[in-house]
Amino acid sequence: MLDTALFYSFALLTLLGAILTVSLRNAVNCAIALITSLAGVAGLFLLQKAEFLFAVQIVLYIGGITVLFLFVIMLVNLDQTAKQPRFGRHWMIPVLAIAGTGTLFVGFLTRGRGTLALPAPGVAADAGGNVERLSDLLFREYLVPFEVASLLLLVAIVGSVVMARKKAD
Amino acid sequence: MNAIFSNPWFLPLAMTLVIIGVVPLAVAYTVLLERKVLADMQVRLGPMRVGPHGLLQTLADAVKLLLKEDLIPAASNKGMFRFAPVISFFTAATSLAVIPFSRVFHVVDVNVGLLVISALSSVGILGIILGGWSSNSHYSLLGSLRGGAQLISYEVALSLALVSGVMAAGTLSMTGIVESQLHQGVWFAFGNYGLMFVPFMVYFISSIAETNRAPFDLPEAESELVAGYFTEYSGFRYAIYFLAEYTAMFVVGSVAVTVFWGGWLRPFPNVAWLAIPLDYGGPLAVFAATGALCLYLVKQQPIKAYAVAMVVVGLAFFGIAIAYLIPAFNAPAVPVFWFLLKLFVALYVMIWLRGTFPRYRYDQLMNIGWKVMIPTALGALFLNALVGMLRG
Repeated sequence: MLDTALFYSFALLTLLGAILTVSLRNAVNCAIALITSLAGVAGLFLLQKAEFLFAVQIVLYIGGITVLFLFVIMLVNLDQTAKQPRFGRHWMIPVLAIAGTGTLFVGFLTRGRGTLALPAPGVAADAGGNVERLSDLLFREYLVPFEVASLLLLVAIVGSVVMARKKAD
Repeated sequence: MNAIFSNPWFLPLAMTLVIIGVVPLAVAYTVLLERKVLADMQVRLGPMRVGPHGLLQTLADAVKLLLKEDLIPAASNKGMFRFAPVISFFTAATSLAVIPFSRVFHVVDVNVGLLVISALSSVGILGIILGGWSSNSHYSLLGSLRGGAQLISYEVALSLALVSGVMAAGTLSMTGIVESQLHQGVWFAFGNYGLMFVPFMVYFISSIAETNRAPFDLPEAESELVAGYFTEYSGFRYAIYFLAEYTAMFVVGSVAVTVFWGGWLRPFPNVAWLAIPLDYGGPLAVFAATGALCLYLVKQQPIKAYAVAMVVVGLAFFGIAIAYLIPAFNAPAVPVFWFLLKLFVALYVMIWLRGTFPRYRYDQLMNIGWKVMIPTALGALFLNALVGMLRG
């Protein structure tokens, strides 16, 4: 009961935040709306007993990425952009696309009701929690893909440093 | 009555109330301690007028702040201006919920306690950034940009240093970390043949940067930026920022104590014959000495009321010292005593550093963060992993 109520409130927070992110006029308010949306996702992770993902979601997305967004927004003068019309001439097309996709989703979900069995959450709740289990998976079973991904990130970091450097001459 | 005490909700709720009630008071007296210690280091007396030896000074300051006019700049973003201090205090105070003051006295023991604290502290940056931006003032904006950049930079080194502690403990739960120090019979600051002291130092230095304290207090550098990100704040909201900053000090101090200094454990937790002398002698020495000092200072009080107050305070300290001699009180209370004593030492060292070092330049700050702290933390992590594995 409590779980259901929490799920719907977090889902509402996520969706509301996402809608406000793209529809608000002031860029800083958009960033705040993005933060609430990401916090809602973190709450959903917590409901699924994925504590590690919950914490990482907050540390990386709210504490890291949106803070950098806010930095950029504060340093750039966005008054001009805020005065421009919010919706272009072709606003009908995305609305139609969203409506069409939504209808398809609802249609498929109603037709396939009952056949779609989701696994029960909270399997990994006991036995030391899921941080240990996650690290076991990452560093034993999927070590090579994990290392490849980290190598990719390293390349990206080095690349960005090289591109951001001032020319020596 | 017993049904209330044994209810699983009783202790968390009671601890929450205690934390909410005690933290502002503790902040007030930490501020007084800071002013007194700094004054002593600079050969001054510090606050002396309000109450004996200025004991009521910060309480009077708090009342003054609450009664002051609450100014909101006309050109500010009003909603955000009102809300930003709340983020700062909320994150700092919520972090206290996962800190174990003893094996039983904690609000909640989650199995990712340390991650919760680092998550909350990374959200706390928003309080600084939004507060500075919404003030619509150059000093505030510069302060908040500095603060954000500093916090992001030092958070990396901070987390890497904590990873060493987590690795030694094998768990992220705050209670579990202390208990594994009990099992291994060593405070982690001295673990791995003393190698763990390096990550502790990295953590401590980074945590001073995280709490915006001198010598890393660039976000609020008063000689350059008036007051940094809270320049435009006054009265109650300023008080909230103040409260948040000192609560953050408590949090980083408590994390250092929990991860590296054995949490609620006494010194030499595995030497059984030291249990009685340390657990009874420690509190007795500390509180009786403080009480004796209060009674000694009675003679110097300028007016009679202060002398009476000093006698009362001194006798209260003696009362606590005697209470700690009663086994039924000592057993649950002595872990809290050890925890708070270590926290006090950590806070004292932070104040000491503020009185010792001049403020760093911005490029020095960034150099220390990225070129010294992070490589040192990484190297210490590697070395500790290696030594820990070789030890088996």
